[in-house]
Amino acid sequence: MTTHATATTAETITGFITGRFPRAEIDPAKDIFSLGYINSLFAMELVMFIEKTFELTIPNEELSIDNFRTVEAMTALVDRLRPAVTTG
Amino acid sequence: MAMIGVVGAGVMGVGVAQNLAQGGHEVVLVDRDEAVLAEARTAIARNSRMSRLMGGPALDADTILAAISTAVGVSSLAKADIVIENVTENWDVKRAVHAELDEACSPDTVLVANTSAIPITRIASVGAHPERVVGVHFMNPVPAKPVVELIPGVHTSEQTLERTRELLRSMGKRWVDVKDASGFVSNRVLMLTVNEAAFLVHEGVATAEAVDEVFRGCFGHPMGPLETADLIGVDTILYSVEVLYEAYADSKYRPCPLLKQMTDAGLHGRKTGRGFYTYES
Repeated sequence: MTTHATATTAETITGFITGRFPRAEIDPAKDIFSLGYINSLFAMELVMFIEKTFELTIPNEELSIDNFRTVEAMTALVDRLRPAVTTG
Repeated sequence: MAMIGVVGAGVMGVGVAQNLAQGGHEVVLVDRDEAVLAEARTAIARNSRMSRLMGGPALDADTILAAISTAVGVSSLAKADIVIENVTENWDVKRAVHAELDEACSPDTVLVANTSAIPITRIASVGAHPERVVGVHFMNPVPAKPVVELIPGVHTSEQTLERTRELLRSMGKRWVDVKDASGFVSNRVLMLTVNEAAFLVHEGVATAEAVDEVFRGCFGHPMGPLETADLIGVDTILYSVEVLYEAYADSKYRPCPLLKQMTDAGLHGRKTGRGFYTYES
């Protein structure tokens, strides 16, 4: 996994969150649910967005709120689940 | 375990069916056509999968779906112990469905009307056995909301109420006893709040985001009224306000024109992907 690909994943996820919550200042380590206006209903949308965008299926055992609390956690989840592909 | 019928496979019916399956019941989910039922099964699978993420128990979607069979029309509910009706919040639709249920079901079947604003006594008047009709106002999403309003009509029997309480216990629900009046407690207040919030947006006083932020930030509500409208369904909000308007003949329940326009435009909230906000689906 290259640094560039990881940065892109984080940016893509951040972009989705700020698209819905334009005033949100998203630090990669920030717990988005602590902002006060993002709730578990949005977590469900994050699951669907991530699966569609990164073309993967998140296994049931990974569907815990802790995997969606921060952009860092979501990026790590995507990295774990993405098939190891070599782009060239 | 006795069979429980669920009529109407929209947002509420899907939630009720899943909640019953979680409680160990055998469920028959009924709607008018196969396409709606196929969508309902997809929604139940998705919602079961997301259960733990939403703060509920971890669920196996296949196990939940195995407890739920589907059928077109109410004839398959003849032997149901209890039927929970969740059709559109519109009197003509409710009346027609309750007439069919009264005909199709055994007189021993308890008929639960899940309604947000229509009086239970009025629904019970449709059939020949008003003593077996009772109101339960479930909240959305059904499996995640622990409390309901329990509403007897004028003729509802104690036996009907006790069987309904027993069913609610098996679903992990507590109830608040409320007398029969259009909108009960919850929607008499909530629908006026949502309607007035829609007027604020309609008049350009504030954006939907700003209205909701006032409720979250100033009052500490977990969700603002317009996010709530998107969750319930903007169309359902409109129908409920119209039911209140008609029931009380009071202009304070006049529906906001923006709710009408959004309903006509298909901007029904989360279930259609767009309402006051836009959603990923």
